[in-house]
Amino acid sequence: MTRMWGGLAVALIATLAAGHVQAQAPARGEVILSTTTSTQDSGLLDVLVPLFERPSGYRVKTIAVGTGQALAMGARGDADVVLVHAPSLEKKHVAEGAFVNRRMVMYNDFVVVGPPADPARIKGMRRLAQAFRRIAESRTSFVSRGDRSGTHILELALWEKAGTKPAGDAYIQIGQGMGAALNVASEKGAYTLSDRGTYLALQKRLSLEIVFEKARPLLNLYHVMEVNPARFPKVHAAGGKAFADFMVSRAAQQVIERFGVDKFGQPLFFPAAGKEESEIEAGGPDD
Amino acid sequence: MDLIWYGIVQAVGLLLRADPDVMAIMWLSLKVSGIATLLSLLVGIPLGAAIGLTRFRGRGFVLSLVNTGMGLPPVVVGLFVSIFLWRSGPLGFLQLLYSPTAIVVAQFVLAFPVVTGLTAAAMQQIDPRLRLQLLGLGASRAQMLGQLLREARFAMLAAVMAAFGAVISEIGASMMVGGNILGYTRVLTTATVLETAKGNFDVAIALSLILLGITFVINWTLTALQQRGAAR
Repeated sequence: MTRMWGGLAVALIATLAAGHVQAQAPARGEVILSTTTSTQDSGLLDVLVPLFERPSGYRVKTIAVGTGQALAMGARGDADVVLVHAPSLEKKHVAEGAFVNRRMVMYNDFVVVGPPADPARIKGMRRLAQAFRRIAESRTSFVSRGDRSGTHILELALWEKAGTKPAGDAYIQIGQGMGAALNVASEKGAYTLSDRGTYLALQKRLSLEIVFEKARPLLNLYHVMEVNPARFPKVHAAGGKAFADFMVSRAAQQVIERFGVDKFGQPLFFPAAGKEESEIEAGGPDD
Repeated sequence: MDLIWYGIVQAVGLLLRADPDVMAIMWLSLKVSGIATLLSLLVGIPLGAAIGLTRFRGRGFVLSLVNTGMGLPPVVVGLFVSIFLWRSGPLGFLQLLYSPTAIVVAQFVLAFPVVTGLTAAAMQQIDPRLRLQLLGLGASRAQMLGQLLREARFAMLAAVMAAFGAVISEIGASMMVGGNILGYTRVLTTATVLETAKGNFDVAIALSLILLGITFVINWTLTALQQRGAAR
């Protein structure tokens, strides 16, 4: 009997002892990066973060959440730097003084995807707002992220522009990430709005096709912003700035340019450091 | 069906190759949940014994609280632990959020009511005459308590299994307070969610199978201890 408890005790002590083996402390402290799920789900940060950590001596704690939450974290001073994609919301936060030094890092674009049969007959349409209106009027289902992510914020803006919205059961709000939204849309034969990268990554398993692409509102712009140290004294300002500087550096931009080409035959993001929004080509109409 | 089969093949492959990423995630899960369970035993056993063996005013209320605690939703615990650990929160100065320690804290909060509740129940099942008899034989209070704990040992191993099983499989709290940081706070459950979101269903299945395997091996060991003890 004693042996039974002895064995258990040994096991527990071993676990405890193991707990003391901590990872080496970073040389210059920790930087909390709050960012959107797409940068993590695509695997881009897994490549970029180590490139920053090694030479700089910082450790980056990447917290991947929806853009709404990422911005809220920063606006509370619970992050040091944010990498997000909701320009309208970003500008609002900058105006309120929560963030400083907003800089464009990269972009890609959103696509409207739907069942291959295209029941709402969206393919070939020229205007984005019209396409959205037709989806709503056709009573075909539409999957909404419903999670205050950058994608969701854009989707809401597009419905507003269309002047309508799918009603009742046809509007499926799932409150989950992009991958989940695409899976639900595929299973339910619904339309949804997706960033091109996630759609490309999951395409094989989905019965969804691109029904509308290339219009200015569909541009997906990623900006890096530093949390304002004047407002939040606890913020690791130097670390946050170092990471933001790295993201717009030549080295990082070159990685972004090549990322995903080997796997998808095309890049998932396009580098855009130093550019203005108006300089980005949408490849289609302005609305 | 192909996907599940492919997942099983992947899982075996990852284990045989001792894939360093998967090993690190597995080890972290074991470490974090093991420590949380141990701490919950240190607090839960004395507390449960006290509740189970004594009579005091409001005991029914305390017991109801503990029993409710046995079913605490991990996300609720995750949310409250996060709020306390935020930089702007009351314990922010500790700088614990998004660290393995934060996950241990949250899992401890989840596990200790389980241990407390099951210990209290085990203690109550012991025939009250045994206590009188022990005291009658001249046992000190400490000796009596030790003897009662021995008497309830099988029920308490069940408490260990229940607590460990609850924390190693929870996701809400680990995700919120740990942040699923690669190489630092990514555990088996949060990694599974991430791989699913990435569309890597085969890896997700492999990770799930590894999680199930670990839980099985640990419960098997504890059950063997329990039953071997019972046979004597």
